[in-house]
Amino acid sequence: MSYWEFLAQNAPRYLDGTLVTIAQFFLSAMLAVLLALTAGLMKLSRNAAMRWTAGVYIEIFRGTSLLIQLYWIFFVLPLFGVTLDKFYAGFVAVGLNLGAYGAELVRGGIQSVPKGQWEAAYALSMSPAKRMYRIILPQALLNMLPPWGNLMIELLKATALVSLISVTDLMFEAKQINGSTFLSAQAFGTALIIYYVFARLIVTPFMRWLERVMARKLGRA
Amino acid sequence: MEDMSQYPTELSGPDVPMVRFMSVTKSYGALTVLDSLDLDVSEGEMVTVIGPSGSGKTTVLRMLMTLETINGGVIYVDGKPLTHMEKNGVLVRADAKYLRRARSSIGMCFQHFNLFPHMTAIQNCMEGPVQVLGLPKAEARERSEELLSMVGMIDKKDQHPSRLSGGQQQRVAIARALAMRPKVMLFDEVTSALDPEVIGEVTGVIRKLVAEHNLTMLMVTHQMGFARDISDRVCFFYQGKIEEQGAPESLFGNPQRERTQQFLSAVKAAD
Amino acid sequence: MFDWRWDFAFEILPRLLQATLNTLAAAGVGYGIAVVLGLVFALAQRTPSRIVTMVVRECVEFIRSTPLVLQIFFVFFVGPQFGIRLSPWVAGMIAIGLHYSAYLSEVYRGGLDSVPKGQWEACTALNLSTTKTYFRVIIPQALPPSLAGMGNYLVGIFKDTPMLSVIGVAELMQAANAIGGSTYRYLEPYTMVGIIFLAISLPAAGMIKLFEAWVRKKLGMN
Repeated sequence: MSYWEFLAQNAPRYLDGTLVTIAQFFLSAMLAVLLALTAGLMKLSRNAAMRWTAGVYIEIFRGTSLLIQLYWIFFVLPLFGVTLDKFYAGFVAVGLNLGAYGAELVRGGIQSVPKGQWEAAYALSMSPAKRMYRIILPQALLNMLPPWGNLMIELLKATALVSLISVTDLMFEAKQINGSTFLSAQAFGTALIIYYVFARLIVTPFMRWLERVMARKLGRA
Repeated sequence: MEDMSQYPTELSGPDVPMVRFMSVTKSYGALTVLDSLDLDVSEGEMVTVIGPSGSGKTTVLRMLMTLETINGGVIYVDGKPLTHMEKNGVLVRADAKYLRRARSSIGMCFQHFNLFPHMTAIQNCMEGPVQVLGLPKAEARERSEELLSMVGMIDKKDQHPSRLSGGQQQRVAIARALAMRPKVMLFDEVTSALDPEVIGEVTGVIRKLVAEHNLTMLMVTHQMGFARDISDRVCFFYQGKIEEQGAPESLFGNPQRERTQQFLSAVKAAD
Repeated sequence: MFDWRWDFAFEILPRLLQATLNTLAAAGVGYGIAVVLGLVFALAQRTPSRIVTMVVRECVEFIRSTPLVLQIFFVFFVGPQFGIRLSPWVAGMIAIGLHYSAYLSEVYRGGLDSVPKGQWEACTALNLSTTKTYFRVIIPQALPPSLAGMGNYLVGIFKDTPMLSVIGVAELMQAANAIGGSTYRYLEPYTMVGIIFLAISLPAAGMIKLFEAWVRKKLGMN
């Protein structure tokens, strides 16, 4: 069987898997961004309890493996009465994990804004919230976008692990195809190429575009 | 393509200069930095290059150190081509291997010293003799200590560069270059990055070199007084050409060209 | 705590600790491969040949932007298709070593780029050969700025070893899965695996910072 025949035969399954991967990617990305902003800001809060809570979240999710977190959420959490469907468990685990890494980027980005900006906003008698949202955060976001680009690639790769709790994503379909055709190079190789194309031709260019837009908005282009 | 047959494969005769630039041209894209430069430096001569920034004076030294490739012409050192090598009776561009051999007679000190930060002063000086010349460590150490004494840095020989002032670092850098026993020494704005109060330490060392050794030296500097004191000849560069050259007394005392006069009076006004 | 059985936890602890040794060995061997291969990738991108640079660059990008777990499957299953049978350990080490070598090559690349141009010029002026320039002058200076990244990826590779369980490498995750599969108790094994990972990765991160400071001091840099 030529590679083209192989592709023609299995295209629908790769397509289904890719769509699930894309859904997992978007949902976990949204969750990660939300958690990262929250935990990153909490880490810089004056309130010790807030700082501590964020710190525990960040250290636990960065200190252990995504796979452990995924299994724990899927297999152990139901024992505590919280049962998540595998699709939800998948993107929640990925989002929680990458959100912890993102929180450190948010914290670093905010700290990279020069002290003079804080003082200038203070001198204008801005409220702390206004100062954060109108002055500090926009500059911090621009500073942290390049590492977020890398993080989004990590997130895309991390979604492949949801296949291990039987979410029918691209990785899962590749395994199934391998099992039914025994053409491992083709089965896994095709999936590798799809991931690569998605990362290199969609995720990375999108993040670069976002950097340019942000830079233009802040007059730094 | 340039006709290479006009250049001799080797210089001969009674007055072979230590360094000869022959119609040397250097350009970056459309920008010509040096335009058909001819310059001879005799053995033991101290030649100083002065001129406004962008006049190509640093490029002259960098080409001689083979840090820059040249676009036309040939540079000879001690009668032998530096930038080119002989092949079937004509000169062709030198390959990496030839360049490495050819440049071994040249030493250079930089504006920003470029000492190796992870090595102590004496390790910096021993690096070349041991790793390139293959000297036994004891001999390299002896040679380095001698040179560090000469530049007044023997007390600090076991310090890393980060613990030394700019003037001290530059003196170590001079010792490091001398440890290779070069025939030609190049000084590229060696005092430009220094605080005014330590410039004297470095110029003092160079004065000593001029007085006590028969080294051929090429120097780019902004210290006009210093240039006047120690040079055998001063070249004023303007827009990639030698606008005027001569003995320091005549060039500084009685400049002939308008550009030279303008430059010197501007420098004087700034002092 | 809820349904937590201490007797069961203590019963499985020796088995998990045993598997921890395997996890550490896997991380160590994988990292060893990555450290060396990463340097090869980084230096290969500095040859005068543009084509070599481009090809290596694209390979690094490819490895970095595709999932490790997929690469592990790929290496493990593709061999037999062409008559080469790799044990789970060998396949796992190749995959994880290769994956992290791509990351380390980027760390090295950043470190090499951080060495000022003047250092290269000083080497030319002293007539050091290219090899000596790299090994005696450039790499020692590229190392300290690379250490933070290298340390992060050492912890990173350790945290990625659970993925090796998918092809049956007998590390911690595999042990926890096996215990869960035979006893139908998941709470203790998975929680304990998480705690073991935390107990190793958190102090490791701190020690790496100390090590970095020590190397800088040793090399006389700031």
